[in-house]
Amino acid sequence: MPTVKMTVNGKAVSADVEARTLLVHFLRDTLELTGTHVGCDTAQCGACTVHVNGKAVKSCNALAVQLDGAQVTTIEGLANGDTLHPMQEAFRDNHGLQCGFCTPGMVMSAIDLVQGKSNLSESEIRAGLEGNICRCTGYHNIVKAVKAGADAMQAGKGR
Amino acid sequence: MAADSGTATGIGASPKRKEDFRFLTGRGTYTDDINRPGQTYAYILRSPHAHAEIVKIDTAKAKGMPGVAAIFTGADYDKGGVPCGWQIHSKDGSPMIEPPHFPLCKDRVRHVGDQVALVIANSIAEARDAAEEIDVTYKELPAIVSTGAADKAGAAQVWPDAKNNTCFDWHIGDKAAVDAAFAKAHHVTKLDLINQRLAPNAMEPRAAVGDYDRATGEYTLYTTSQNPHVIRLLMGAFVLQIPEHKLRVVAPDVGGGFGSKIFHYSEEALVTWASEKVRRPVKWTSDRSEAFLSDAQGRDHVSHAELALDKDGKFIALRVNTIANMGAYLSTFAPCVPTYLSATLLAGVYTTPVIYAEVKAVFTNTVAVDAYRGAGRPETTYLLERLVEKAARETGIDRVELRRRNFIPKTAFPYQTPVALQYDSGDYEATLDLALKMGGWADFENRRAEAQKRGKLRGIGISTYIEACGIAPSAVVGSLGARAGLYECGQVRVHPTGSVTVFTGTHSHGQGHETTFAQLVSDTLGVPFESVEVSHGDTNKIPFGMGTYGSRSLAVGGSAIVKAMDKIIAKAKRIAAHLMEASVADIDFKNGEFTVKGTDKKVSFGQVALTAYVPHNYPITELEPGLEETAFYDPLNFTYPGGTHICEVEIDPETGVTQVVNFTAVDDIGRVINPMIVEGQVHGGVVQGIGQALLENCAYDQETGQLLTGSYMDYTMPRADDVPSIKVATHSTMCTHNPLGSKGVGEVGAIGSPPAVINAVLDALRPVGVTDISMPATPHKVWQAIQSAGKAKAAE
Ligand code: FES
Ligand code: FES
Repeated sequence: MPTVKMTVNGKAVSADVEARTLLVHFLRDTLELTGTHVGCDTAQCGACTVHVNGKAVKSCNALAVQLDGAQVTTIEGLANGDTLHPMQEAFRDNHGLQCGFCTPGMVMSAIDLVQGKSNLSESEIRAGLEGNICRCTGYHNIVKAVKAGADAMQAGKGR
Repeated sequence: MAADSGTATGIGASPKRKEDFRFLTGRGTYTDDINRPGQTYAYILRSPHAHAEIVKIDTAKAKGMPGVAAIFTGADYDKGGVPCGWQIHSKDGSPMIEPPHFPLCKDRVRHVGDQVALVIANSIAEARDAAEEIDVTYKELPAIVSTGAADKAGAAQVWPDAKNNTCFDWHIGDKAAVDAAFAKAHHVTKLDLINQRLAPNAMEPRAAVGDYDRATGEYTLYTTSQNPHVIRLLMGAFVLQIPEHKLRVVAPDVGGGFGSKIFHYSEEALVTWASEKVRRPVKWTSDRSEAFLSDAQGRDHVSHAELALDKDGKFIALRVNTIANMGAYLSTFAPCVPTYLSATLLAGVYTTPVIYAEVKAVFTNTVAVDAYRGAGRPETTYLLERLVEKAARETGIDRVELRRRNFIPKTAFPYQTPVALQYDSGDYEATLDLALKMGGWADFENRRAEAQKRGKLRGIGISTYIEACGIAPSAVVGSLGARAGLYECGQVRVHPTGSVTVFTGTHSHGQGHETTFAQLVSDTLGVPFESVEVSHGDTNKIPFGMGTYGSRSLAVGGSAIVKAMDKIIAKAKRIAAHLMEASVADIDFKNGEFTVKGTDKKVSFGQVALTAYVPHNYPITELEPGLEETAFYDPLNFTYPGGTHICEVEIDPETGVTQVVNFTAVDDIGRVINPMIVEGQVHGGVVQGIGQALLENCAYDQETGQLLTGSYMDYTMPRADDVPSIKVATHSTMCTHNPLGSKGVGEVGAIGSPPAVINAVLDALRPVGVTDISMPATPHKVWQAIQSAGKAKAAE
């Protein structure tokens, strides 16, 4: 079995995995980082979204072995202790989540979407979230949360 | 109880949710996150055919594959079938046909996805690999999937006992009176409608972990359920014959349900049963593709409706004929959806004096159909509001005016409908007026004209609806065929130091009960919001419960908590009276303090709690120590939320693409505990309704019975850029028969919205000659309708 080495949430990890292991299963099963979810099997829902080298990636659509040496951030790696990332905080403030299942992927996508951009319009945010499905919220509050999170990140409260 | 306690966490306030920290940091515990020591993985080999005989299953080679612990087929399964929880009787008094539903098929498969073999291995990959090597010989049979054609001559027969594939042929109402009224009608509006089949698609796929403990003989099932006690009852008593005290069912964090996680599914029984056989825990997690083939689906009604009007536009009679598709098996609540959850709502918000409905339920070679958000009420609302709209067009009476003319006036409550239900309260004029104002109804024509300049067809549509939820009075539903009671249980445990744990039999899978119920308890007992913890989802912790569906959690579950708190307060008053050497009758309780009328004596709730557990100075001969109470609340009636939804769309005639540009929902849901959560519920429901109206459809190949929309590539889920922001308001009249006055909000969005959207689409298309369209109004369908109308016009 090939060995995979990567940095996940700032920690170096290394494990032997079957070559067919998807990144999402490597995270969930091998590293027990179960915050990253699986919502589909066709790379359509975005529940599995993580950051690979700073960019949002659907972790169900990449093999762990492809990402040898990568820097991976999952939802578990966002908050600083009990201090939430401004995007997490914005989701809480705006009731941008209900069952919470799509939420980790939604937050990871949102951060990537707004990074380095200012004043995204509602339609830009909606278009940018097109790869993430939420069945609970009707997106209304997610869109509000992303806007608020973006503003907070811009204001330098975040990273 | 104060409407607003003045704090930011009381009833009527919107504190941030207690649940959110764990969900936002990846610390939620969903079923698939649970792993038990020594766990194995189950893969279910499913039928590739819609209808076939199983001639032979050869598992020899598969059993030798690496990592395989066991393979079971229908021949190995020695326990019971999955039961149905509701019995309907046909017009002639005969009971519905209830075919057996074994977790593994014995000799025949009846839908694509039917369960043929259970493979258990050390890893899911090994289980899948082994399943590949199972050799099943099928003899294919003709299949029937069409709802409308299932009872016709020549259709393939799904079950030998169900002649013409008919499960039951039921009716309600006074046929003779309806016929007589139609004979006198000034005008009759007729409409044929399809309420298409939907896949509920909670984002968390179902999962189940069975864990048998050899030492104690106890079974634990972790499962994605909206109602763990119901699963314990159905699976324990009917399927596996495990007594309740040896069976624990845990529904941890659950990622959305929308009805699809109410039902007892055979996979739950399989992992529990198999964990005893292989003496190791067994985990099964559904793929999304598998979910499309195994989660109960929703709707799927074909209806014909006729509305009789007098010369003033008053509705004088309604008749409806519906065929409802049950799928291949009867799911837990399937029979009550098109009958008691649907036909009983046919009065809607109108004074129609006589109504007659016939509902025939049919079996087909498709996935079972059962409750999906709204369950029966969206179907009825869609039918009524399309019919009323058509009647307005045909009679030339303004569509808002026609509705007003027929509204049940607010002075008429309690209002007895001709189809069994008695509405307790409502004010339909008020929700209508507010929605018209918020939705900009009066100046819509300006927006239509402006859109026309841009080459767009703009339309506005309305729906005024009612629904029945907060289910339900046990005796009533029992007389209608329910095989369970529908009360709820609440337990309030006040700890010695004054903090409180609340145990509820309802289950939260997105609704935010941990927050709302904490607000309710904190406000009532005067303890800090932070000191209240809400516990749910574990049959070993919660005394009992019927779970969450039918928008019942607050109206029924919340009422049970209120009743338990009443008992807490009554006992606490006796303790306080003892401490202050006063008579119980003189004790007042307010804001967490007990006082003696006419004096300045007081003790706090915390002091009383401590005294209850450290009963040194205590009326010990009259009162037990401790401060914990349980209440079961059985509702006296259904609750009746209602309101008005207004939708505005813009259609590009070149492409047929419909964009929802405005949506307003004004709902009467009774008392609101947390407005933020209420709005969120409406947003989500409305978008599911827009999804039904414009995007979603389970399409089966009519010939082969293959599900054509078996993944997110083909089944169109609403995405962020498909929907607008939504204007939401509430205008409440109180429920008159529960202690909270709450009616329920979980389903209103999905119930009121689809006809508002389609009425808007038809309003937009009317200028180009289109008068009918079916859901989902996809670009393709809209474009075709425009083309055919154009051709028809040209031919005139
Ligand atoms: S699980 Fe990765 S996109 Fe759905
Ligand atoms: S919060 Fe449930 S799917 Fe988005």
